Amino acid sequence: MDWVWSHLGDIGDMTFDHIELSVPPIVIGFLVSIPIGYWASRSPVARSVLLTIGNILYTIPALALVVLVPVLLGLSLLNPLNVIAALTLYALAIMVRSAADAFASVSTDVRQSATAQGYSAAQRFLRVELPLAGPVLLAGIRVVSVSTISLVTIGALVGIPSLGSFFTDAFQRDFFLEALVGFVLVLLLAAVFDVVLSLIGAALMPWNRGSRLSAASARVLSQPQPNTAAVR
Amino acid sequence: MLLLQGIAWIFSPANWASVSSGLGIGGEIVAHLLLTLESLLVAVVIAVPLGLAIGHTGRGRNVAILAGNVVRAFPTLGLLSILLIALTANLLTPIAVFALLGIPPLLAGAYAGLESVDRQTVDAARAVGMTEWQILTKVELPLAAPLLLGGLRSSTLQIIATVSLVSEFGFDSVGQFIINGAATQDYVQMIGGSIIVTALALLADAILATVQRLTVPRGVPRGVGGRSTARGRRILTAPSGAPISEGN
Repeated sequence: MDWVWSHLGDIGDMTFDHIELSVPPIVIGFLVSIPIGYWASRSPVARSVLLTIGNILYTIPALALVVLVPVLLGLSLLNPLNVIAALTLYALAIMVRSAADAFASVSTDVRQSATAQGYSAAQRFLRVELPLAGPVLLAGIRVVSVSTISLVTIGALVGIPSLGSFFTDAFQRDFFLEALVGFVLVLLLAAVFDVVLSLIGAALMPWNRGSRLSAASARVLSQPQPNTAAVR
Repeated sequence: MLLLQGIAWIFSPANWASVSSGLGIGGEIVAHLLLTLESLLVAVVIAVPLGLAIGHTGRGRNVAILAGNVVRAFPTLGLLSILLIALTANLLTPIAVFALLGIPPLLAGAYAGLESVDRQTVDAARAVGMTEWQILTKVELPLAAPLLLGGLRSSTLQIIATVSLVSEFGFDSVGQFIINGAATQDYVQMIGGSIIVTALALLADAILATVQRLTVPRGVPRGVGGRSTARGRRILTAPSGAPISEGN
């Protein structure tokens, strides 16, 4: 344990780096997926095209994407933005589908009632559809959060520091404790993010608190998402 | 342009013989695919019987979902590092790790596949005098095949994409070019390796998607948005073609 005490500074730095790389993909992925997902829920053609693009993106191994993104964007290979850009693409691949499902779960009767009551399209979206889609959106972003935090670690392989750096360093020095510390911190971070997202969800959607998951949210949570299961 | 240089790197015959005094492109691809197949085999042997048992009895489904979600949170790089330090540093350890990653989608495919079979169909098979074994092999499995293969497809993709990470720990895979390139600042090699591993993943996905389509038994509609079962569950298709069962 001496190593932990003498390296608290490094551990703090790496954890901070890890958070810095994880938050933007989660936030951008969420915000961007809402208009795209809404569009996909309204048009079957858009849905089929967008989800196909998402599937293809999702098939590209993360390590390859981290290398190819800077080439396409003209960035340096050591730029942390590469990891952020690559993981944002993954977040979108997962989240657009969730958002499309979320908005599709709002019943047509409810939408039509809102229109009949005189809501404009924008009011209807903000006051009726978005709140009703909320629980499924929350379920989706929780999946994105866990997978993003896990995937950030591969940046270490191309020299972008994060908690993943402990894994590569530990192996080179044959030092079990260091790898274990990194592993536990990644899981801890994922758990903390998950709790924070749930709390935000509970604060924004008080009517949803304590209620059982809707079938659609449960589906998002229970779906076997192999590629996010792990760092690739 | 770097991307073109990467493509040129792949098509340079010298790189197929050997790269940085290691294996060449062909050799690393073979190592990559072998490791993928071995891990997949272990995952199939464990997950398919277990998933069929869960689907047949309806028991243990929630535990399987929970376990799948926990595995999803594990950083593979971390698992590899920890286990390679703690256990033997031979190829068995990565095979175990990759098999672990491949299990959840296969398990889900197997139980969702069996659950998707209309109970009335099973009863009808029983009524015409089929034995339980015949019902399983001649009715349930053929009808479950597309979802079962969906699980296999997700699992394969997951493994083929992740196998690259072993090269950080001194084993051969296409990831070797990315790790090598990063260490020696040889960007062209990194790009070449990335293109190859992406092509492998896309190719594997395309092949398995075709196989999946071909296994839909004659007379069963290939519903786009899923179809209803006697239990009222809609069976849908997940991002990479993995089955998802609504409810629960």
